[in-house]
Amino acid sequence: MSLFDFVRRKAPPKSAQTAKDRLQILLAHERSSSGTAEADYLPMLQRDIVAAIRKHVPIGDKDVEVRMERGDQMSSLEINIELPAVKSKTG
Amino acid sequence: MTTEPKTNPPLGRIIVITSGKGGVGKTTSSAAISAALAKKGFRTVVIDFDVGLRNLDMTMGCERRVVFDFINVIQGDAKLKQALIKDKRVDTLSILPTSQTRDKDALTKEGVEKVLTELKADFDYIICDSPAGIEHGAQMAMYFADEAVVVTNPEVSSVRDSDRVLGLLSSQTRRAETEGAEPIKAQVLITRYDQERVEKGEMMTVEDVLEILAVPLLGVVPESKAILKASNVGTPVTLDGPSAAAEAYQDAVSRLTGETVEMRIPGERRPGLLQRLFGRAS
Repeated sequence: MSLFDFVRRKAPPKSAQTAKDRLQILLAHERSSSGTAEADYLPMLQRDIVAAIRKHVPIGDKDVEVRMERGDQMSSLEINIELPAVKSKTG
Repeated sequence: MTTEPKTNPPLGRIIVITSGKGGVGKTTSSAAISAALAKKGFRTVVIDFDVGLRNLDMTMGCERRVVFDFINVIQGDAKLKQALIKDKRVDTLSILPTSQTRDKDALTKEGVEKVLTELKADFDYIICDSPAGIEHGAQMAMYFADEAVVVTNPEVSSVRDSDRVLGLLSSQTRRAETEGAEPIKAQVLITRYDQERVEKGEMMTVEDVLEILAVPLLGVVPESKAILKASNVGTPVTLDGPSAAAEAYQDAVSRLTGETVEMRIPGERRPGLLQRLFGRAS
C-alpha cells in the first residue's frame, strides 16, 4: 500500500455523471421503442394473466400488481398476485 | 402490507402547481413540495399532467419503475392502485406518472375527475404538476383544484404569464364555475430568487412581484445549486440533505398546511475558511 494511495482513491460518483447515466438508460429504452406505445402490451399481459389464474382461483382485477424495474442490461417484471384468503370463522 | 392504518379521514385537498411559462420550476416545486408534505406525515400523491413530455418520474427518481400511467387509468386499461408508484424513501408518498406516448387529448375532464375523486378518498394532498402553457393539459391540471401554487421567477415574462394564469384560475375552473363556491386559494411561490442581484437592483424584489400579481406569497426559493444536484440524482430537493432551497420549500409547505411561519429568504451558507482551504467532496 503506497503512501499516496489516498490520491487515487475513487471519488464518489459526481451527480452530473449520475444524471448522464440515468438519461442514457432511459433514452436508450425510449428510442428503441421509437416513440410508439411499447409498454401498451402490459395491460393486455395483465388481463391474460388474470384470466389464466381465474380458471383455477377466483381473483379480482385489483389482486394483481405489476412492477417493473428497468436496467441498462436487463429489465425485470415483477407480478404479484394476491390470492383470496381462506375465511376462518374466528377471524 | 395490505391493510394500511387509517388514523383519520383523508383531507383530500387538490393543489395545482402551475405557472404558464415553462422552465420556472413547476416540476421541481411539485417534487419538493410533495416530498416535504409526505415527510410531515401527510398521505401525498403527486400527478404528472404533462402528457407526452413526462418528467416528474425523473425528478422523483422512479423513471425505471413506471409500468402503468395516468392515461392507462383514465382509459380503463389499468387500475389506479396499479399505476401509483410508492416512493422508496417516504412511505406516505406516491407518484402517478403520465404517458410518454399519448397526447394531451387523452386527458378528458370526466377521466381526470374520476381519478381525482378516487385519490381524494385515500390521500391528504393531491399535487397536480401542470404542464407549461395554458392549453388543454394545463387547464385539466387546474380545473378541479382547491388551491393553486403559481411558480414565478422574478423576471418579466414569468410574471406576465403568472398573471395570465391567475386570471384563468379565477375563471376557468370548477370552483369559478360553481355558484357560491369558495374561489381557488391562489398563492405565488417565487423561485430562482437571487438576493445579491436584487441588492444590486438587477432583479425585481419580492415586493415588486407581489405588488404586480396581488396574491398572497407562499414562499421564496433562492437560486440554489442544490436544485440541479438533486435533479441529477432523482431526489426531490427536500429529501436531499440540507440546503437553502430545501429550507425554503419546507417553510412554504408548513404554510400550505396552515402553520404560521415567518417569511424569510434562506441564504446559501458560505463555506468557512477551513472548508475553502481544504475543499470538500461534492
